[in-house]
Amino acid sequence: MGLMKKHETLERHSLALTLGILVTVAIGGIVEIAPLFYLENTIEKVEGMRPYTPLELAGRNVYIREGCYVCHSQMVRPLRDEVERYGHYSLAAESMYDHPFQWGSKRTGPDLARVGGKYSDTWHVDHLKDPQSMVPESVMPPYAFLADNTLHFETIDDHLKALRFEGVPYTDEMIENAQADLIAQADPDADYDAQDALVARYEEAAGREGTVRIADYDGNPEKVTELDALVAYLQMVGTLVDFSTYEADDLDNRR
Amino acid sequence: MKGNLEMSETDKEVDALSGVETTGHSWDGIKELNNPLPRWWLYIWYGTIFWAILYMIAMPALPSLPGMGSRNTPGVLGMSDRDAVAESVASLHAERSAASAQLLDASLQDIQNNLDLQQFAMAMGESAFGDNCATCHGSGGRGAKGYPMLADDVWLWDGTLDGIEQTIRHGIRHEEDPDTRFSAMPAFGRDGLLTSAQIDDLVQYVLSVSGHEANAAAVARGDELFLTNCASCHGMDAEGSRDVGAPNLTDADWLYGSNPEDIRATITNARNSHMPAWQGRLDDATIKALAVYVHSLGGGE
Repeated sequence: MGLMKKHETLERHSLALTLGILVTVAIGGIVEIAPLFYLENTIEKVEGMRPYTPLELAGRNVYIREGCYVCHSQMVRPLRDEVERYGHYSLAAESMYDHPFQWGSKRTGPDLARVGGKYSDTWHVDHLKDPQSMVPESVMPPYAFLADNTLHFETIDDHLKALRFEGVPYTDEMIENAQADLIAQADPDADYDAQDALVARYEEAAGREGTVRIADYDGNPEKVTELDALVAYLQMVGTLVDFSTYEADDLDNRR
Repeated sequence: MKGNLEMSETDKEVDALSGVETTGHSWDGIKELNNPLPRWWLYIWYGTIFWAILYMIAMPALPSLPGMGSRNTPGVLGMSDRDAVAESVASLHAERSAASAQLLDASLQDIQNNLDLQQFAMAMGESAFGDNCATCHGSGGRGAKGYPMLADDVWLWDGTLDGIEQTIRHGIRHEEDPDTRFSAMPAFGRDGLLTSAQIDDLVQYVLSVSGHEANAAAVARGDELFLTNCASCHGMDAEGSRDVGAPNLTDADWLYGSNPEDIRATITNARNSHMPAWQGRLDDATIKALAVYVHSLGGGE
């Protein structure tokens, strides 16, 4: 009973009590969080993942700014009906370069984890400008103004740097050429050397071909708009991982 | 309460009024009764602790125990969400397999001629259409400006069963697919192939061949321009060519609108619409079912 009597000391000294609570709660936190830092099987080993290109990253920033995540999640759960509708369930590896990630089960709008390549660029443009013209029963608000907004990408290299600080493997070369890469991806008729350099840089990071697409995404060759960036992002979401090489049965991939 | 306290045998005070022990703590003279926890609550609590231990043994739980490397304990039940979904998808496919195996083996014509198979394909096609195709082509294939109506008998490329399957499988102008249907209309205005005045004349010509009122002088000038610039794809008679997906300009069906402004925009910037290839995203049985469904919408050949 000696120890039990001592807790009066703790209860009577607020600083000691506060420290005591902190230590107790920290133990719970450490037990739950610390293993995630050294466990190697939290992220599956997959082929094809690469950091976002500057244009895709700019589009992702527009996506986050406009709050698309309020209605759309990017996480196909391992449930039969979701796999039937959207495609392969999402892997942790697919959002390893996402800061912040877009997981969730909010389904006011459909999940977008596998939307890349499902529709044409023109469809995305028409649909973002006036969703009801494509899907009459849609409750999505229009984003026509994105087509008029010139994309500001003067600081895009800083965005890459910030992400590198978070652990995304952007190389010095990628950061130096961020602006040129962004322009090259949005205009198929621009400098071919810059396009080749962009493709080489990011496909090397991906370890496979066909992961960088160059297009005039919004159909307006006059300028690079926020719509260009957003459609570029939407068209690559969920397309990077090469599922032909992914082994779901591998013990490291079991969940 | 004051003064009514006496010491119990276990060195605890017992509150005289309620006959319950106190905790022995005193805050500025205020003391706390030490009522026991309700039994039912206590047993449930013990039960949850016991359950947690069982759960930890049965399910994947503890990370990095000695000898486990970087893995976690798999649990004696060997449960896995990913295995579970693979199984349930497989059982769904098994459920459908009799009919969908028949779909795979049968030619599209056979499917259409076999009532049971056709009904199965229609049901499967309808649900796949709603999720994958209706976003562009509208529910029931009614189409929209720039997105062809599938419920009529106007076909840009091919309206036969096999042709429709080919289109669904490989898409239209889907650059990643080598077997895609491909053609490219030049942007006559944007790329400076024709002057603005020449385009105006062509607009009048296109209006006239489709039976709209048009400026006769401009039509006469446009005739020559049409032959040199447009006829190679749209044909001398402007009735189009399915080999290159060039629409018939003489009928009343307009994908991008029949206003002079719409036609002008078409000639100036070209319209090379893109349909993604669905092979790889949809399985073979679904693609065949879709071909049968689309063929049945109203205009199959």
